[in-house]
Amino acid sequence: MSIESVAGPIPQTAMRPPLVEQLHSWVITVDHKRLGILYILYALVFLLVGGLEATIMRIQLIRPHNDFVSPQVFNRMFTMHGTTMIFFVVMPVMFGFANYLIPLMIGARDMAFPRLNAFSFWMTAFGGLLLYFSLVGGDGLYGAGSAPDVGWFAYAPLTSKTFSQGHSTDFWTLSLLISGFGSVGTAINIIATILCSRCDGMTLSKMPLLAWLNLTMGGLVILAVSPLTAAQLMLLIDRYLGGHFFDTQAGGSAVLWMHFFWVFGHPEVYVLVIPAFAFASEIIPVFSRKAIFGYPVMVAATICIGFIGMSVWAHHMFTVGMSSNANTFFVLSTMAIAVPTGIKIFNWLATMWGGQIHFETPMLFCIAFLFQFLIAGLTGIMQAAAPFDWQLTASYFVVAHFHYVIVGGILFTLFGAFYYWFPKMSGRMYNEALGRLHFWLFIIGFHLTFDFMHIPGVLGMPRRIYTYEPGRGWDIWNLIVTIGVFFQAAGVLIFIGNLVWSYFRGKLAGSDPWDGWTLEWSTTSPPPTYNFRAIPAVKSRRPLWDLKHPEDPDWHYE
Amino acid sequence: MRGSRTIVTVCWSAVGAFAETARPFLSPTNIFAPVSTPAQSIFDLSVFVLEVTALIFVLVFGLLVYAVVKFRKRRTGDGQEPAQVYGSSQLELAWTVIPVLIVVVLFLASARVIASIQNAAQPSNAIEVTVIGHQFWWEYRYPSLGVVTANELHIPVSDPVHPTPTYLTLLSADTDHSFWVPRLAGKTDLIPNHPNSMWMDPHETGLFLGQCAQYCGTQHAMMLLRVYVQTRDEFDRWIHQQRQRAQVTDTVSEGQKIFQRTACITCHAVGGTVANGRFGPDLTHLMSRDTIASGAAPNTPANLRHWIQDPDAIKPGSKMPAMGLSDPELNSVTAYLETLR
Repeated sequence: MSIESVAGPIPQTAMRPPLVEQLHSWVITVDHKRLGILYILYALVFLLVGGLEATIMRIQLIRPHNDFVSPQVFNRMFTMHGTTMIFFVVMPVMFGFANYLIPLMIGARDMAFPRLNAFSFWMTAFGGLLLYFSLVGGDGLYGAGSAPDVGWFAYAPLTSKTFSQGHSTDFWTLSLLISGFGSVGTAINIIATILCSRCDGMTLSKMPLLAWLNLTMGGLVILAVSPLTAAQLMLLIDRYLGGHFFDTQAGGSAVLWMHFFWVFGHPEVYVLVIPAFAFASEIIPVFSRKAIFGYPVMVAATICIGFIGMSVWAHHMFTVGMSSNANTFFVLSTMAIAVPTGIKIFNWLATMWGGQIHFETPMLFCIAFLFQFLIAGLTGIMQAAAPFDWQLTASYFVVAHFHYVIVGGILFTLFGAFYYWFPKMSGRMYNEALGRLHFWLFIIGFHLTFDFMHIPGVLGMPRRIYTYEPGRGWDIWNLIVTIGVFFQAAGVLIFIGNLVWSYFRGKLAGSDPWDGWTLEWSTTSPPPTYNFRAIPAVKSRRPLWDLKHPEDPDWHYE
Repeated sequence: MRGSRTIVTVCWSAVGAFAETARPFLSPTNIFAPVSTPAQSIFDLSVFVLEVTALIFVLVFGLLVYAVVKFRKRRTGDGQEPAQVYGSSQLELAWTVIPVLIVVVLFLASARVIASIQNAAQPSNAIEVTVIGHQFWWEYRYPSLGVVTANELHIPVSDPVHPTPTYLTLLSADTDHSFWVPRLAGKTDLIPNHPNSMWMDPHETGLFLGQCAQYCGTQHAMMLLRVYVQTRDEFDRWIHQQRQRAQVTDTVSEGQKIFQRTACITCHAVGGTVANGRFGPDLTHLMSRDTIASGAAPNTPANLRHWIQDPDAIKPGSKMPAMGLSDPELNSVTAYLETLR
């Protein structure tokens, strides 16, 4: 079986149908690749919006007592920034890649439930639009419409009718409720696809790691998003039906909301980071020219992270007055998660060890990810030590820490994934020089912003303040942090420009530009609607390695 | 070898000495400049955690740099794929067991500090203060001393030999807040319907700053904390002075009348008068405070007048409304408030 026979001939582009018809075909599509791309494009739009909100906040904080925006606008900006980046950037982009890649990597023709897939995407899309409709809808308050201003974790009782009049909180609640349905639908779809649609020979232990990690992610989404949905419904009942779950003025509990939110919120971190691990687990081996080191342990570590990740949520609540026993338990569970995470870092390192590392853009981003995720993990250990966290939490240290995870860890691997799979999705190579420029601008900006952001936190600067007093020793660090933002913004604009330019003008990529090993590289770029002319059969985790090295195939060793 | 060790020692002591002298000056809210037992225990734990994590960082960072440099693709490569290695049980066992041991050590160290701070028994001579968080200011009540004040907390210094720690009961009148004075203790949240407590025993006198650390609404940023640690004598004098009733003279009675017939008294109390509102800070001894608006501005006559005239100009989004007083009325009210010493 040759590569060509799997893929079939490249289809000739006939006369393009009119634009309206093309758009219509995207709206009604149930093709996993098109839905994947829709998810990704949707997330990219919101990435720019969320980035703009971050830039507005950083300009406001460039010096003490700045008056670039009012406190009302600033509070809306950080609420919208957090909500947007978590729910409408990272989650959809991960779902997009999962949608696009999983059927191709397990040798399937589509997701298990194509119409559920389309339904889920449009629910998520509607959720994001509803959130942003708050800028023009609702009561149209001064400055930033009636966008929500309760923070992305919306602690009670700030969300009660007493403290949040009008409809800003309702936009937040409903948009997350609706996009939550989409997330659960997609999670079910991912799990069903991986369990039921694998090609011949692909046992669970022969799946690409990306499939294993997304399977874990899917399980976590179902477990984590459901309590959030429940909490949003309870909040709506409080606000409109006279309930008192979180209404402290009528005897409700603010702490109950915190538990509900973080029992979603912390597993959510793993929902976001496990797919990022998945990208690194595919990219690092190919660019080191070696098989992934310790596949079974990598799978075990992932599942371990999933389970332990469900039992660490209250480390977000070390200062709310839990008993010393409860605090101690959550110190232990939180620190325990460092063990499987450490195993992953060492296994990636061992994958590179003894290889021939190619420094194309995807690998550059993955190497930076390893360095940055190491630091993010270590600052995480510091905050897992509850007494240390009594000083660090709710300060700029914790803001720096979780941006190290989400930007330094997740966004870097995402950029790597974009460059790695862009040739497959578009059929064209990106511009390598622009890719490198993006990398260097972004890594400089990232470190200027998020390295120095730890310092004002240690010097007592709380998060979510729209301005600060001079003389606290925070001024210079805030200036540097803001300067870094412009490097990052430049990097992202070059990234978008590179994608657009390469889509129209890039060199043709061919089926397998990276000399890859997993099934998506066996079909054309972009793949035909049906993915594979004949469903492939595999004997190892790296079917294309077996094809390319018939003298020394993997299945001799697995 | 010996020489290099001396150099390392000298460098470390120089860095240490610099850090020691620079600590309080870096920032008045530096968590690494503790002056109270809880902050000191946290600091000691954090130094230990930092040392362990720094060691891990140097080791793994070094391995990563080595791998990236050593195993980069050579130009002279023969086009052959490198040897394929699929795993190693011994290695993977090693990097599972060693982190487990590190985690156990860090966990035990943390658990000890949690117990020492959270489970400390309150001595009978402790000063008790009830802290009530409001949008966007702090109310302080000394129940056993009969004092109610706002925004500026006064507590006595605690002699390590005969400690007189201060125990705070933390309540909230509206939304969540968090009490954070980094040099005195870690933060603890003030949550409605959920009383919390914390303690501190400052070893130095002086003014210690902090601010609300849990997002509580529009003016979360200007809900500043000021803790005055005084010698026992000064503290007793301050308590004595705070227990006096307000003094009113004839020359300011016009201002008092305006104050009492405007909505001011719905929210503010002045001891010994009809003003007994509790939504805003107690003003009985307003002029004994250095700042107004929860630390947002120095307590000068000009600032006070400006604050009464247009609170949003000093603290946009604060809950105090502008009462629309005329210029003469403003002058009278300001003059009246200035007598509340």
